[in-house]
Amino acid sequence: MGDSRMLSIKNLHVSVAGKHILQGIDLQIMPGEVHAIMGPNGSGKSTLAHVLAGREGYDITEGEITYEGQNLLLLAPEERAREGIFLAFQYPVEIPGVNNTYFLKAAVNALRKHRGEPELDAMDFMQLMKTRIKLVGMNEALLKRAVNQGFSGGEKKRNEILQMALLEPRLAILDETDSGLDIDALKAVAEGVNRLRSPERAIIVVTHYQRLLNYIVPDHVHVLAQGRVVKSGDRSLAEHLEEEGYGWIEKEAANA
Amino acid sequence: MTIAAAQLDHYRRELSALGAQLPGSGLTWVEKTRQGAFERFAQMGFPSARDENWKYTRVTPIEKRAFRSMPKSCIGLIPEDLERFFFAALPCHRLVFVNGQYTPQLSEPGALPGRATVCSLTKALADNPDRLEPYLARYADADANGFTALNTAFMGDGAVLYLPRDTVLEHPVHLLFVATTQEELFVNPRNLIVAEQGSEATVIESYVSLGGNGYFTNALTEVVVGDNAEVTHYKLQQEHLSAFHIATLQVQQRRNSRFTSHSISFGGSLVRNDINAVLDAEGAQCTLNGLYLGAGRQHVDYHTRIDHTKPLGTSREHYRGILSGRARGVFSGLTQVHAGAQKTDASQSNDNLLLSRDAEVDTKPQLEIYADDVKCSHGATVGQLDDDMIFYLRARGIEAQAARGLLTYGFAQDVIDRMHLAAVRTAVEEVLLGQLPDTDAIKGLVS
Ligand SMILES: Nc1ncnc2c1ncn2[C@@H]1O[C@H](COP(=O)(O)OP(=O)(O)OP(=O)(O)O)[C@@H](O)[C@H]1O
Ligand SMILES: [Mg+2]
Repeated sequence: MGDSRMLSIKNLHVSVAGKHILQGIDLQIMPGEVHAIMGPNGSGKSTLAHVLAGREGYDITEGEITYEGQNLLLLAPEERAREGIFLAFQYPVEIPGVNNTYFLKAAVNALRKHRGEPELDAMDFMQLMKTRIKLVGMNEALLKRAVNQGFSGGEKKRNEILQMALLEPRLAILDETDSGLDIDALKAVAEGVNRLRSPERAIIVVTHYQRLLNYIVPDHVHVLAQGRVVKSGDRSLAEHLEEEGYGWIEKEAANA
Repeated sequence: MTIAAAQLDHYRRELSALGAQLPGSGLTWVEKTRQGAFERFAQMGFPSARDENWKYTRVTPIEKRAFRSMPKSCIGLIPEDLERFFFAALPCHRLVFVNGQYTPQLSEPGALPGRATVCSLTKALADNPDRLEPYLARYADADANGFTALNTAFMGDGAVLYLPRDTVLEHPVHLLFVATTQEELFVNPRNLIVAEQGSEATVIESYVSLGGNGYFTNALTEVVVGDNAEVTHYKLQQEHLSAFHIATLQVQQRRNSRFTSHSISFGGSLVRNDINAVLDAEGAQCTLNGLYLGAGRQHVDYHTRIDHTKPLGTSREHYRGILSGRARGVFSGLTQVHAGAQKTDASQSNDNLLLSRDAEVDTKPQLEIYADDVKCSHGATVGQLDDDMIFYLRARGIEAQAARGLLTYGFAQDVIDRMHLAAVRTAVEEVLLGQLPDTDAIKGLVS
C-alpha cells in the first residue's frame, strides 16, 4: 500500500545566515486536511513556509520533506508551484513594471502547460479572471497596475487569494493572510479558501488569530515555538491560545 | 593637441574634396561657418581622458581610423527594404538618408499644413538660406568638443523642419538614417528644427543599418522651441553593433515652451549622446527621458545638461540603463539653476540595472543651484535584479529565466510607458524583446 500522506516533514533543521531557526520540525498532512500553525513572533513559521515553497538561501542541515511521494527538496520553486504547492506570502513583494494581468496569465499558463492543457489565450484568460476576481472581491482596476505596486495591505492579500483561486493548488500555505484585513476582506479570504477545500487538497493556515479559524475550521492546530512544534491539538487548542497566550505552552515544554 | 598631423591632413583633404557637394556650398556664411569649425577641430582634436566630460569614454577607436564620406552614388534600395524601420500604424512625413545622402525615392515627405516645410538641409539652404541663417549653427556650440566642431565643418544632409507661427503638425516627421556600407564610412547628419510661436510637432530620428558595419555616425540636431510652442523628439538609435555613434541634441527653449525628448540607445559599439537644453525664458518646460542598453562590449554614454537661466522653468529627467556582459554605461546629468532662475522646479533620476558581474556603470547626477527659491531633487541607483521578486514569480510557476526576463523588461517599461506614440512604443518593445537577456521566454506574454 502506498503512502497516503500528502506532505511529510521529518526532523527538519534549517539555518539562515548561520542562525539555527528550525530545530527539528515533524509534521504529517493528509489530503483533505486543514492544519493551522500558530506561534509567537520569530518562532519560524514564515521560514517553514518559505522552505516549503523552495526559497533559496536556507540551509537545510538535517531532515526531509516528502510531497506526494517525492523528495520536495530536489524541486525548484517553479516546479513545486507546478506540482500544486502555493504559498500566499505574509509580505507580498511589489514588482514595478510587471503588469498584474500579464503576471497572472503567465502563472496560469505555466501551470496549464505543465499539466498538458492548452494555454489560455487573452480572451479565455480574461473570462476566467472575471469569475475569480468576483469571488475574492478584488477591484478590477488592480489588474491593470504593476504587481502589488502601491496596493494597500488588504489589496495585496486579496491579490494573493486571487492567485490561489486561479491556480487551484493541491497544497496551499497561507502565511498570515488574515493579518491587517478588515472583516469583509477576511470573509473573502476565508471563502476563497473554503471553496478550495476538497478531499484531494490540503491547506496550511499560519495565523496569530482564532478569528480566521472561525471561518476556516482546522482539523489540527500546531504551536511552533523556537523552531519546534511544541504542541498539537484540535481546534480547541486555538481557542485556548486566544485566551491564555503562549506562556503556558512554553512552560509545559520546558517542564517536559 | 590631441590629433595626429596625418589625421588632421586626412580630414582637411576630405573636406576640400567634398567641396561643392556639401549642403550650402557657395553660400559665404555657410562656408565661413564650416571653415571656422574646422579650425576649432584642428585646435581641439578629439576629446581625451583629460577632458572632464570625456573621462569615462575613450574615443581612440574613432581617432585611429581615417573615415571617409561617401561620394554621391546610386543606392539600389527600394522602400520595402526599409519597411521594418517604418511605423506601419503611424502615418509620418518620412525623409530617408542613406549613407549620409538624402534619398528622395525612399522618402515620402507628404504635404505639410500652411507654410510649414520639411526637406533636406541641401534643399533648405538652396531654397531659402536667409530663413536658416539666424538658426543654423547658432545654438550648438562648435567649440563644445571636437565632434561638434567636426559635424559643423562637415555638416551633411539631415533635415530642416520649419514651423511658422501656430502651425500644428498632425503627423510626426520621421527621419530615418540608414548605413549600408562597410568600414570607414563617415556621416555627419545635421538637423534643424525651428518651431515658431505656438506651433507643435513631433520628430522621430532613427539610426539603423542595413549590412553596414564599422562606420561612424556623427550627428547633430538643433531645436529652437518658440514661445508657447511644443516639440516632442524621439530618437531610436539602432546602429550596427560595430558602429560608432556620437550625437548632440541642442535645444533652445523660449517662453512657456514645452520640449520632450525620448532617447533610446540600442546599438553601436561606442555611443555617446550629449543632450543640452537651455530654458532661456520664463515658464519653459523640459522633459528628458531615456533608456540605454549595453551588452557584450558595448560602451554607451549619455551626458545631459539642462540650463535654467530664467524663472519658473520646470524640468523632469528620467533615465534608465540596462547593462549586461562586459558592457559599460556612463550617465552624467547636470541641471544648472542660474542666478535669478527663481521658482525653478527640477527633478532628475537615473536608475541602472546590472545583469552581469562584469557590466559596469558610472552615474553622476549633478545639481548646481545659484538661486534660492527653487525646488530641485535628484537621485541615482545601480542595482541587480531583486531576489525576492524573482522568488515571488517562480513561486507562481514562472521559470527562473522568464522571471528575470519579466523583471528586466519591466525595468525598461518604466521609460517606454512615458512615450505617447503607441506605434513607437510597440517598435521599441519589439527591439527590447529581441535584445534584452532572458526575454525569449516572455515574448508571447507581453506583446
Ligand atoms: N534571512 C534571515 N537572516 C537572519 N535571520 C533570519 C532570516 N530570516 C529569518 N530570520 C530569523 O528567523 C527567525 C524566524 O523568522 P520567521 O520569519 O520564520 O518568524 P515567524 O514565526 O514567521 O514570525 P512572525 O509571526 O513575526 O511572522 C526570526 O528570529 C528571524 O529574525
Ligand atoms: Mg511570519
